[in-house]
Amino acid sequence: MDSPLTRSAVRDGLGVGLAVGLSGLAFGAAAVAAGLGVAQACVLSLVAFSGASQFALIGVVAGGGNMIAGAVGAVLLGGRNGLYGLRLAETLRVRGWRRLLTAHLVIDETTAVATAQPGPRPARAGFWATAISLFTVWNLATLLGALGAARLGSPETYGLDVVGPAAFLALLWPRLTAGRTERRVAALAAVVAVAATPLLPAGVPVMLSAVAALAGIVGRRSGAEPDDRGETESVTASLPPMTVSEEDP
Amino acid sequence: MTVWIAVVATGLGCYALKLAGLVAPRRVLADPRVRRFSELVPVALLTALVAVQTLAHGRAVVLDGPRLAGLAAAVISLLLRAPFLIVLLAAAVVTAGLRAFGL
Repeated sequence: MDSPLTRSAVRDGLGVGLAVGLSGLAFGAAAVAAGLGVAQACVLSLVAFSGASQFALIGVVAGGGNMIAGAVGAVLLGGRNGLYGLRLAETLRVRGWRRLLTAHLVIDETTAVATAQPGPRPARAGFWATAISLFTVWNLATLLGALGAARLGSPETYGLDVVGPAAFLALLWPRLTAGRTERRVAALAAVVAVAATPLLPAGVPVMLSAVAALAGIVGRRSGAEPDDRGETESVTASLPPMTVSEEDP
Repeated sequence: MTVWIAVVATGLGCYALKLAGLVAPRRVLADPRVRRFSELVPVALLTALVAVQTLAHGRAVVLDGPRLAGLAAAVISLLLRAPFLIVLLAAAVVTAGLRAFGL
């Protein structure tokens, strides 16, 4: 009943849930530092359950910005979850009212673990393992972070800021090493997002990088071979010539 | 009070977007190109997220030495086929270690 693939998916999911969930400490602390109450920080983690959107909103609160613009920006940042849902709907095979519950859990981390698995069964196991562990740890960590904000110090001291990127990279790794189209899409997406960062509001650059996925299917259509073996690797080799600025623009 | 409204509005908006993708009609995925696109979207978006979380500081692109070193440690761990948690640990330890030495 429990295949090794399923066990490995659950292990991945619990790992992500624990590791990324702990960065809820950083969110809770940052939320209180930004001026939210402990209850507000906790409710935001429960109802938004999307780290990037939450950080975006408290950033606006901290900066004394317009709340409506802040909420719109945070929701826009969650736009990618809609695209993830499109991809996951078939794999998850949830029907009826269960979709209302499942939808809340369709985020970066659950998508990353589910799509990293070799088949639909391990993908579902990975999705639920990530969803349950991350929801639990993220919300508890938010509470602890919000309560102990002052004592914790900066989460960057513990290197927590690199855990998210490292986790996503690790989950993408098998797909990046397996497919040339995937590598080209990934490289293009990174270039687009970083190049757009100084120009567009937070969150939009990541959404914009979806054009790299479009380029992936266009490139595939014009390519002679369906498995992309005939294509060059030049795009992957020449990574972004980045515009680097000092601390502040 | 306005903070509460923003908190609830953000929650509702985020949820609506999540639900929209999940309940979109299956016919949308009938076209093989749309299907392929939907498969590549997580690759594009998650890679963009890695790049932005590593390099962006607000709207500025900043090379944070310890953070880059941490990500490099993750890449090396992946090349050595280290288990998932070791990859995360290597990244965090390298980043935290370099910061502890004031780098």
